Amino acid sequence: MDRIPVLTLADVLLVSIQVDLEDQLALRLQDDLAERIVATGARGVIIDITALDIVDSFVGRTLATIASVSKVLDAETIVVGMRPAVAITLVELGLQLPGVRTALNIELGLAMLAASRFVESRAGDVADAAPASS
Amino acid sequence: MDAKVAQRLAEVLTARREAILQGWMSTVRETLRGRLSDAELRRQIDEIYVALVATLESGATTVSASSASDLTGVLADLTRSRAQHGFSATETAISVFALKEPVREVIGEDTAALSDHAAFSGFIDQLGLYTFETYVAARDALINEQAEQLLELSTPVVKLWEGIVAVPLVGTLDSARSQVVMERLLQALVDSGSPFAILDITGVPAIDTQVAQHIMKTIVAAQLMGAQCVISGIRPQIAQTIVSLGIEFGEIVTKANLADALQYALRQQDVEIVRRNGRSAV
Repeated sequence: MDRIPVLTLADVLLVSIQVDLEDQLALRLQDDLAERIVATGARGVIIDITALDIVDSFVGRTLATIASVSKVLDAETIVVGMRPAVAITLVELGLQLPGVRTALNIELGLAMLAASRFVESRAGDVADAAPASS
Repeated sequence: MDAKVAQRLAEVLTARREAILQGWMSTVRETLRGRLSDAELRRQIDEIYVALVATLESGATTVSASSASDLTGVLADLTRSRAQHGFSATETAISVFALKEPVREVIGEDTAALSDHAAFSGFIDQLGLYTFETYVAARDALINEQAEQLLELSTPVVKLWEGIVAVPLVGTLDSARSQVVMERLLQALVDSGSPFAILDITGVPAIDTQVAQHIMKTIVAAQLMGAQCVISGIRPQIAQTIVSLGIEFGEIVTKANLADALQYALRQQDVEIVRRNGRSAV
């Protein structure tokens, strides 16, 4: 497989990684996602890593980079479905996923995106409604 | 003991079978004090006797000889069953050693017979040691099995609310158990899709740096997976220990008891509990 499919679901991009994430593949995914976010105007990215047995430091860094890049493009990234064994390994190795939000499964990930957008719109409303009083 | 002596002994054992068995039975029966029925004891002793005579006839002189494998098999089975039924190691070993005396009584008084008996005695000693080793191994296996069962039993993961699970920890936490708890909790989060977990340590009598480390690793791992974890039920002494050991819980939320933790979790999920008469309870 030379690239990982990116699905569009309303204004969310859904990526399900089903194969070992080799370095080239990870970099390619990073490029693809950036382009797709701009092309579709997506507000959220969900990366499903349920099928991943191993998350090494490179994959971890790629996920963090994807999160940062999408942040700049005004889309929030959520990594979902991390396996317990993977989480334990990451903790044992002292690796963290800085700036990456995680959820247990896709459903919770979507709910998380919806919730943060709701908070954002409320904050926007308040800012619009009361600029004079502050 | 050479093969000839072994065969001579086998002849004596076959010829005086009843007398020897009677003497042997009565000694063993005394040490077991009626905890085994006579018929059962008789069956066991017969079995050993037959295997012993066959082994001596084949000329085996040590327990490790291949022709002694039948005898050691019989002894191992007997020892294992004794170990499981709570007989002591001494009681088990005496069942073998008690064979010496009746054989000495029937073997005669002349020098050749006595030297034969000394050789026989040595062989019986080996058998006794063999039962002892088997006994210890059987008890070890039993203990390991129980420890595993305890591990299984002692780490339940309970669902408190939609999306909230709790792990009540009871008993001393060591590294092995912390590991099991960690795996069970994380797996339960995945299986139930609960974004919230409460680790209740009310039943943990003591905590050390290693255990605290494990708890913290569990919580960080849960966070990595996208779940939030709260510790509840920290007792005063444990709080003191945690501080004096210099353990930093950092951003991890800790609550005094399970009720507080549940309340916190519900609030995080925007759930409000209200009394029927309209006054807010949360």
